[in-house]
Amino acid sequence: MKAAAFDYIRPETLGAAITLLTRHGPDAKLIAGGQSLLPALNLRLSAPGLLIDIGRLAALRGITLADRTLHIGAGCTHAQVMTHPLIQRHAPLIARALADVAHPAIRARGTFGGSLANADPAAELPACALALDAVMHAQGPAGPRRIPAAEFFTALFETALAPDEVLTGVDIPIQGDTQWGFAELARRTGDYAMVGLAAVARPGTIRLGWFSVGQTAILAHRAAATLTEGGPLEAACTALADDLPAHDDPQASAAMRLHLARVLLRRVVGAWGGR
Amino acid sequence: MKFSDPTRPDAQIGLARARPQARALAQGRGTFTSDITLPRMVHAAFLRSPYAHATITAIDLAPARTMPGVVAVLDGAAMADLCTPWVGVLTHLKGLKSAPQYPLAVGRVRWQGEPVAMVLATTRAQAEDAAEHIMVSYDPLPPVVDAAAALAPGAPLIHPELGDNLAFERHIDTGNTDAAFAAADHIIEADFTFARHTGVPLEPRAVLADWNEGAQRLTIHQGTQVPHMMQTIYARHLGLDESQIRVISPDVGGSFGIKIHVYPDEMAVVAASRLLRRPVRFVADRLESFVSDIHARDHTVHARLAIMNDGTITGFDIDDLTGIGPYSAYPRTSAVEANQVINLIGGPYRFAHYRARARVAFQTKAMMSQYRAVGHPIATSVTEGLIDRAASHLGIDPVTIRRRNLIPDDAYPCTSPSGMRFEALSHHACLDRLLTLMDYDALRAEQASLRQRGIMRGIGIASFIEITNPGAAFYGVGGARISAQDGATLRLDAAGRLIVQASVTEQGQGTTTILAQIAAEAMGVAFDHVRVMLGDTDVTPYGGGTWASRAAGIGGEATWQAARALCAQILTLAASILQETSGNLDISGGAVIDRASRAERITLAELARIAYFRPDTLPKGIQAELIATRHYVPREYPFAFTNGIQAAWLELDTETGFITLLKHWVVEDCGTVINPMLVDEQIRGGVVQGIGAALFEQCDYDAEGQMLNASMADYLVPMAGEMPDITIAHITTPTAESTIGAKGAGEAGTAAASAAIANAVNDALSPLAISLATIPLTPARILAALQTGTGRAGGRP
Repeated sequence: MKAAAFDYIRPETLGAAITLLTRHGPDAKLIAGGQSLLPALNLRLSAPGLLIDIGRLAALRGITLADRTLHIGAGCTHAQVMTHPLIQRHAPLIARALADVAHPAIRARGTFGGSLANADPAAELPACALALDAVMHAQGPAGPRRIPAAEFFTALFETALAPDEVLTGVDIPIQGDTQWGFAELARRTGDYAMVGLAAVARPGTIRLGWFSVGQTAILAHRAAATLTEGGPLEAACTALADDLPAHDDPQASAAMRLHLARVLLRRVVGAWGGR
Repeated sequence: MKFSDPTRPDAQIGLARARPQARALAQGRGTFTSDITLPRMVHAAFLRSPYAHATITAIDLAPARTMPGVVAVLDGAAMADLCTPWVGVLTHLKGLKSAPQYPLAVGRVRWQGEPVAMVLATTRAQAEDAAEHIMVSYDPLPPVVDAAAALAPGAPLIHPELGDNLAFERHIDTGNTDAAFAAADHIIEADFTFARHTGVPLEPRAVLADWNEGAQRLTIHQGTQVPHMMQTIYARHLGLDESQIRVISPDVGGSFGIKIHVYPDEMAVVAASRLLRRPVRFVADRLESFVSDIHARDHTVHARLAIMNDGTITGFDIDDLTGIGPYSAYPRTSAVEANQVINLIGGPYRFAHYRARARVAFQTKAMMSQYRAVGHPIATSVTEGLIDRAASHLGIDPVTIRRRNLIPDDAYPCTSPSGMRFEALSHHACLDRLLTLMDYDALRAEQASLRQRGIMRGIGIASFIEITNPGAAFYGVGGARISAQDGATLRLDAAGRLIVQASVTEQGQGTTTILAQIAAEAMGVAFDHVRVMLGDTDVTPYGGGTWASRAAGIGGEATWQAARALCAQILTLAASILQETSGNLDISGGAVIDRASRAERITLAELARIAYFRPDTLPKGIQAELIATRHYVPREYPFAFTNGIQAAWLELDTETGFITLLKHWVVEDCGTVINPMLVDEQIRGGVVQGIGAALFEQCDYDAEGQMLNASMADYLVPMAGEMPDITIAHITTPTAESTIGAKGAGEAGTAAASAAIANAVNDALSPLAISLATIPLTPARILAALQTGTGRAGGRP
């Protein structure tokens, strides 16, 4: 199928993009890498009147480290993030998760911020953002604001971003003695997972970010609390039943998904040792 | 054998030549139908039924007609005036019935995806925009999704005039089957289920029709395996003479049987070109391909095996049911697969008693018909699945039970209980080669030691036979105008180079390359000096095209014969020029040589120069004929059966139900191997499709007859990341029917790969006494079986 007709503008500045977004309202869509949006347009699942291309905005690029905070520009491609020395050193969870994001061609175009703002419940990065306790940087007509990851993913393909706001980047707090783990079960290399886990253990806190388990990526609070308190892994597995929504889809029933989630939790946390 | 000596002069057959065309394709310089744009061309888009079964109560085309760029909008009633309907039956499939099918639905829709209306516009996007404005009112009818339910009393009738939903039923009975089962020491019984899947060629279906009102001729560029068959079809249903129709198949990006059938949307495109008197192009997109390309398989088989204590098989008892959608496909029908399943079951083995029933049911799902290795994977999976279950039941090794029952290599010619005639097969030689290739005993030892550590690996073996080189038995005897013979014309041009025009076709598998190899060797010229032209009804000899693994064995032999005929003509001419006896001459290295000394006498280039430009220098009465045509069809056997064996080695994660493929082996016997690289890649590609069937692919329908996974995101084709290394070896038993001795190889990989995988999964599960008989073997199915401890547990598909 061919996309329905649309207008296309590539503004030179972030301000201009926000102005366009404000002016056109819900008829406009931001495009960066286009790896989710273009298929949706071609399937005519989405038919915006205007695409505002923010893919080349320099303000959205760059990966920096300052004050024990890693900042990732929303416009960085998956490939740039995955191979960046700062990411590999300070946020290896993200580099590892990105290896499972689709295929090299898609990672060369798809953007870090695009994946987060798209809020696909089956995507890896929202779960990573939750597990890493990331902070989203948004900018709108009223200026910049920060949104904790835990408040960002509100519903299926929906975020806390206002319709006239642009996700500009993500802060990830860096701590020295962090343990992490990542695992997903996908039928084929690069497919969306049937279930996946991004887990982070920092002193005093364990966060378990899950994807492909429901309407959004979610943190499993009860299981994480059990582990944080030093409880046995099996107790955390039991607690997952309360943490994860009962989510059926053609690939897996809710019961099978819970079973697989427990397998992943055992494998990821079990690899940390001491439980 | 003459082709086994690599030092023979002008050797080409047996060389692993890369496809010369691959360079242009890799550079993006291929010419596919979608690359062709003609002046005044319009694009077609189709509005398709959203319902599996419904009455069309009203269609309003007017809103679409006013949309930008729209040239015409047509519905079923308008199209019925332009193109006559067709019925997919053949007389040799006795009792097969179907209903008239129209290019666009008339009055009633019978599957989700059936074309209902057509928009012709300046661009495809405009055509799609306009299609959204066609207003169709439907009155839904009850869907008939499940094949068994379709045959149940009181099922809604898909074609009321046919009386029931049973399209075809066939029985085979050698007699005394009940007695054989009563006398058996053991009866092994299982219910096998094979999901629907589809071909997903890299290039979707595409057709560009160009009716020239001035010339009163219709030129059709089409991605098809069968240009001459399509020429006949278009003539018959558009009311034209065949001579008014030229079908050109340019580069074709894969097919696997998908592009061998008559599709209503394609017929509509061709009819519309005639109506509009301008070129019309249609390229199916992926979404419509999933619901309009033919699907395949969709069988359930209740199977019983009678076996003695010593492992000797005495009989098979088979009941196959398949669902084919609402029409039998035209002109090859949708009954061939079920027919083939019961013809092939038990095929590699010696046994006496056979009873089988095949039933073919109409449903309100996409149409089902021939796809690569028609019927073979089902027959092989059932046969090999039963044999492995028998071995397990009797406590004997899967290799031992096969060795005991495979037809001995010295027992040929012989005939199977279902009436299949085997000229010469090599099951035991293939088995021996396989065991060496895979180091079977070491692998079993490794498996046992890994099991001690809780690692569950499985070995699966599957012997198979493959139908290749069909003559008229498939279609011609049933009344279809599908040529069983194929032809080749060879011409020496004025520069002494060779041009081959042949009626078999190329879809990327290398037909062009092997014909060039054959022509080069048969003529004694360099491979680079042969150019091959295929796929054009105005240019090539008349023939059947490429399907059922016949291009190499039939088209290749025709090419060989034509080359030898041209050689004789050239030697006659050379003899007169050289004042020599033609018997003392031969052709080698692009020149006429002295047969005894092999010294060059005259180059073909010089001979051609004289023939074309200086015939005045030839002796009186000598007319140079530098072109020859020959046709070929095997006459002794209806099919050239091939055989082989496959093995799979895989690991099962019992916690997740995931399978990791570790290695796959194939030993097969396609007779003379013309190009080992192309044969091996054919087999690898076929194995990958078989793995797709075993683990990934299924057209997932809900109870309303809606296909749920009709996109590349949701329909899982096998991909490189999950594929194992595939090691291939050959046993060579040439057919004595032809000079070259080549049998087909195109479907061998697909025939047995899914059976080998399923047997390997069940072997991995054997310590848990679980066995599964439904493919694809998804993690959901495996986990469900593990949790319930039974192979019958379904779980979610």
